[in-house]
Amino acid sequence: MSHWIILPVVLPAMIAPIIGFMMRHDIVLARVTSTVGTVLLLAISMVLLSMAMDGTTHIYRLGDWPAPFGIVLVLDRLSALMVLLTSVLAFMVLLHAMATGWDNRGKHFHALFQFQLMGICGAFLTGDIFNLFVFFEILLIASYGLMIHSGGRERMRAGLQYVVMNLAGSTLFLFALGTLYASTGTLNIADLAAKIPTIPADEAGLVRVAAMLLMIVFAVKAALFPVQFWLPATYSNAPAPVAALFAIMTKVGAYAILRVHTVVFGPGVPGTEGMIDAWLFPAAIVTIALGAFGVLGAKRLMPLISFSVVGSMGTLLVAVAVFSPVATTAALYYMVHSTFAAACLFLIADLVVSRRSGDSLTPTFATVQNGLFAAIFFAAAIAMAGMPPLSGFLGKLLVLDALRGPDVIVWAWTAILVGSLLTIVGFARAGSALFWKSTEIEAPLPDADGAAPHDAATVAQVTPVMLTLAVLVALAVFAGPVATYLEQTSAQLFDRSGYISAVLAPVEES
Amino acid sequence: MEFLVASAVGTMTAGGVYLLLRLRTFPVILGLALLSYAVNVFIFSSGRLAIDMSPILSKYGEASYTDPLPQALVLTAIVISFGMTAVLVMVSLGAFLEADTDSIDIDQTETDESAAK
Repeated sequence: MSHWIILPVVLPAMIAPIIGFMMRHDIVLARVTSTVGTVLLLAISMVLLSMAMDGTTHIYRLGDWPAPFGIVLVLDRLSALMVLLTSVLAFMVLLHAMATGWDNRGKHFHALFQFQLMGICGAFLTGDIFNLFVFFEILLIASYGLMIHSGGRERMRAGLQYVVMNLAGSTLFLFALGTLYASTGTLNIADLAAKIPTIPADEAGLVRVAAMLLMIVFAVKAALFPVQFWLPATYSNAPAPVAALFAIMTKVGAYAILRVHTVVFGPGVPGTEGMIDAWLFPAAIVTIALGAFGVLGAKRLMPLISFSVVGSMGTLLVAVAVFSPVATTAALYYMVHSTFAAACLFLIADLVVSRRSGDSLTPTFATVQNGLFAAIFFAAAIAMAGMPPLSGFLGKLLVLDALRGPDVIVWAWTAILVGSLLTIVGFARAGSALFWKSTEIEAPLPDADGAAPHDAATVAQVTPVMLTLAVLVALAVFAGPVATYLEQTSAQLFDRSGYISAVLAPVEES
Repeated sequence: MEFLVASAVGTMTAGGVYLLLRLRTFPVILGLALLSYAVNVFIFSSGRLAIDMSPILSKYGEASYTDPLPQALVLTAIVISFGMTAVLVMVSLGAFLEADTDSIDIDQTETDESAAK
């Protein structure tokens, strides 16, 4: 039993209170500590990935209680990948927040940021469904604080709605867990996966209710239709670095659907056979359409990007909804890609919007470094819309290729292709209004003391955006090795008996 | 007993959902509190209803005991919902002070300086 597995949870959990209590008035110290913590988390997640690489499912028994009696953390290829994704994204977002001074516009940014990382990493690592609920609450309570960071009327309004929405979701989660416990007597994911297939179909009514309740809860997190409406308001009103970090939060929902509804209620379980995909697939199709129309109709830049995130979640969940190893591989690739594409868009939008008067998509005078911003926005939009040469194209290609079954091809291909076209049009319209038409308008003269209206972006401010773009390029260049790893990941995910026997293995005497 | 617990859960859930849809922060907070009471009782009953039984194995008495796990789950759920209610109260207080209205959907203003920042 290796203690590395608990470190992504323990490390931020130790650092966050130290920042919160001891460095609350010293932003420099808080920045240094937070950066050190995030870099350490990055290193830990790389170690975890190298541990998971060989395909064994590592178990960490908290308090050394054997599963299913104690809580276990499970490290397999999927959770190692998600933890690495989180830490890489967190590092870039942190750099951006520090370079633009976002972290200094309110109190406790860094403490909340570390708590958020603790919750996300814990949610990816846990092998117990009630523990998943607890980590959800940790990441949510930190996200409430980050969401309303630096305040403001619009932000408080969106934040309040976000909190209420998620509290209602948490209550549903508890109802689902109660139902599940009442019908199976366990909440350990592996134990559930072992017990639920033995329940015959005509006695599985409660299990079906629990499965659907859980899917609604995860759908709230993943912004799936019809519970996607909180996302555009939340993301477009959150501070931009926070919105970029939230790009991983929707993926927590997608991960939970993948984990729970593949391993526990997966294909071949008599009680829930054919029920999950029958609901998930149409909902994902509608989500793609909503995202695409939202992108097309948005009048401001931040809602536009938020709707493109909704659309990308739809594409991701269409691939998840098929519940086959090939489609899951495509979904995982698209998940990694869309996380960084969304983060890149939010970060570049922050650089642009902070130099304009508001984020409405109307031409004003061109900002400083118009060309640089336009180029980055262009690249990020290409990635998000799914055009070559960046990884979005490969991601959508993999998804389309995986969805060639006769009963899904028409809806899935139509939705994804038309959705991509509308997204391209929407982004092109936004880009031309923001960057192109703006050049025709005379910039106001510098002030009397000669200062330009806004400062040029420093290297430190552009670097995080460039890093996210570099990840997208690397994903495209190294698509082969990445896809091989993801293929093994989804094979491991669908190997339910392997997961069950690894988690429920008797404790060896040491 | 079963009817009492079930109807209590049902009534509290119904009241909670009704209050949740009121679009004012104070009823919404009360509604979420009611919902969390309902879910606590619900989880408690998920380990089967038992009267006069301890949640631990007794060393001396007979071997009848009630499932201890739902009690642990309920304890966690109570702590979390308590904390979340506190956060919600603070956030709604902040929104009220910021916007001078306790409506969940504060009327949008066209150009808001703070939203642009």
